[in-house]
Amino acid sequence: MNKTINQKAWFFVVPVFVLVAFNAAIPLMTVVNYSFQETFGNNVFAWEGTRWFKQILLSERFHDALGRQIAFTFIILLIQIPLGIGIALTMPKKGWGVPVCLILMSMPLLIPWNVVGAMWNIFALPDIGFLGYSLNAIGFDFNFTQQPGDAWFTTILMDVWHWTSLVVLLSYAGLNSIQPAYYQAAEIDGASRWATFRYIELPKMKKVLTLAILLRFMDSFMIYTEPFVLTGGGPGNATAFLSIDLVKMALGQFDLGPAAAMSLIYFFIVLLVCWVFYSLMMKNEVKS
Amino acid sequence: MSLELKNVEKKIGIETHIYPTSIKLEKNTINVLLGSTLAGKTTLMQIMAGLDKPTSGEIWFNGENVTGKQVQKRNVSMVYQQFINYPSFTVFENIASPLKITGVNSDEIKERVGKVAELLKLSAMLNKKPDELSGGQQQRTALARALVKDSDLILLDEPLANLDFKLREELREELPKLFEDRECIVVYATTEPSDALMIGGNTATILEGKIIQYGKTLDVYNKPENLTSAKVFSDPPMNIAEISKSGDTCKLTDNSVQWKSNVKIKDGNYKIGIRPHNITTYKEGNNTVEINGKVLISELSGSESLIHFTNGSLNWVSLSNGIQQKNIGENTKLFMNVDEFLYFDENNRLVNHG
Repeated sequence: MNKTINQKAWFFVVPVFVLVAFNAAIPLMTVVNYSFQETFGNNVFAWEGTRWFKQILLSERFHDALGRQIAFTFIILLIQIPLGIGIALTMPKKGWGVPVCLILMSMPLLIPWNVVGAMWNIFALPDIGFLGYSLNAIGFDFNFTQQPGDAWFTTILMDVWHWTSLVVLLSYAGLNSIQPAYYQAAEIDGASRWATFRYIELPKMKKVLTLAILLRFMDSFMIYTEPFVLTGGGPGNATAFLSIDLVKMALGQFDLGPAAAMSLIYFFIVLLVCWVFYSLMMKNEVKS
Repeated sequence: MSLELKNVEKKIGIETHIYPTSIKLEKNTINVLLGSTLAGKTTLMQIMAGLDKPTSGEIWFNGENVTGKQVQKRNVSMVYQQFINYPSFTVFENIASPLKITGVNSDEIKERVGKVAELLKLSAMLNKKPDELSGGQQQRTALARALVKDSDLILLDEPLANLDFKLREELREELPKLFEDRECIVVYATTEPSDALMIGGNTATILEGKIIQYGKTLDVYNKPENLTSAKVFSDPPMNIAEISKSGDTCKLTDNSVQWKSNVKIKDGNYKIGIRPHNITTYKEGNNTVEINGKVLISELSGSESLIHFTNGSLNWVSLSNGIQQKNIGENTKLFMNVDEFLYFDENNRLVNHG
């Protein structure tokens, strides 16, 4: 068969190349460039090899930030996933309650991230915020601007408030796709509520839940705006998660080399976890 | 053992899904509920099972009033149109699930599951998950789950509807055998008249929430009490025409066809119902009458030919054996088997009872 030669195809491909180059490849390569060199401004660069990578990987500061990040992500997943499934299970399946619940659930997702941060900042202030004031009024010594524990509590509460809805909506969609006949069959068998959940609902929700966990992992691992507005990483470095620490290093201290190295390490961690997760997911998929 | 519905009615809001219905199903029978989609077959079955409560009326099982008794406390099993199995269980665990819940010991479970699996040709698949099976095997698993329990009442809600043609035929042949030596009442819902004929037993024709007729399947087919029942139990659809009778001569009201008949009914106007297979391109039976028609559509399936034609004022459907090639628009001669005509009076009741 003769192929038609048509150079017009370039016309369609080139814009995509340019777009991807400018929004992903070139900025990323700039970071790569910085990560291997020392710069003193004026476009003067000196080759440093892997020095910055070694420095970051061995630094206590990075270990602490990474530790905080993992702890934070782990805690919010542990709360949001079960809570989301729980709320989805109690939501009505038909009638006027459905749109009401869906709208209420999507509300937090629609609020801009820095607004969420500002909202919770004011909400939790010990002197004028409703949450902070109330907690102090009933006898807790609550001050998220000074006590690390309180700062963590507030940050986690904010994230749970902001993002549990996403898990709820995904689980709800998963639950709704289960045919009523499954529930009837379970009822005929005399299966308990728990058994119905464990052996029908949970396996049927597996796909959406995997997706929910993946999305929540990525988002929370890269969280920046909300804790930046809420606590600014403080008190001290108590809530300085990876991205906050990174910005401090890059823009606060202007340590461009180490910051670029940290960016790349950070990027590879996220990429690695997502890849592992995705391949596990696909492996199960192929098996069934 | 018997299952009796006494004046059962089901309303949802202002809509009536089942009009007051009374029916008695005897032990060791297969009962086919035959009706189109949304006729109320599923609702009726759910009421029988206790999955749904009737708005009014009572359900009696073995002389006990079981209206409102929870389905778990009744010994019922059900198979659905969709293949319903526990997704994370193996076939063995799926079949064993109803036994496990009732606390049967594991040796007995093994034995009973083994037996049922063999009956349904699932022995080689016991360690697989439902997702790894074909549709037919998934439905066999669901059937096995229903059978392993020794239920008093087994409800099959269009179990073959989602299977492809070959698997359907295969499973349809096996089904009646599966229930042969069982002490139970089987109810089988279907939209297909051919399913009812193949399964035999008893048939109830259902239309728009009402049971039109209930009796032995062949009786309902051969002697439908009325036109509605005849229509429900006919696929392809029955031909209906208005006729007038005087003496032993009958003719269509448009005078296009005339025949001699020895049915013992008064002179006057009637409707006749003719099943498509009683209009053929060749003479069949001792008593035939010719009809001339123009071919509208002709569908060949290999072993049968379905020819739609018109004789002026009426459209007809005929079903002949073999390949009968007809071109669209062609004028053709067909033969109607007079002995098989069903005559209905002005109230649509059958008047020529055998």
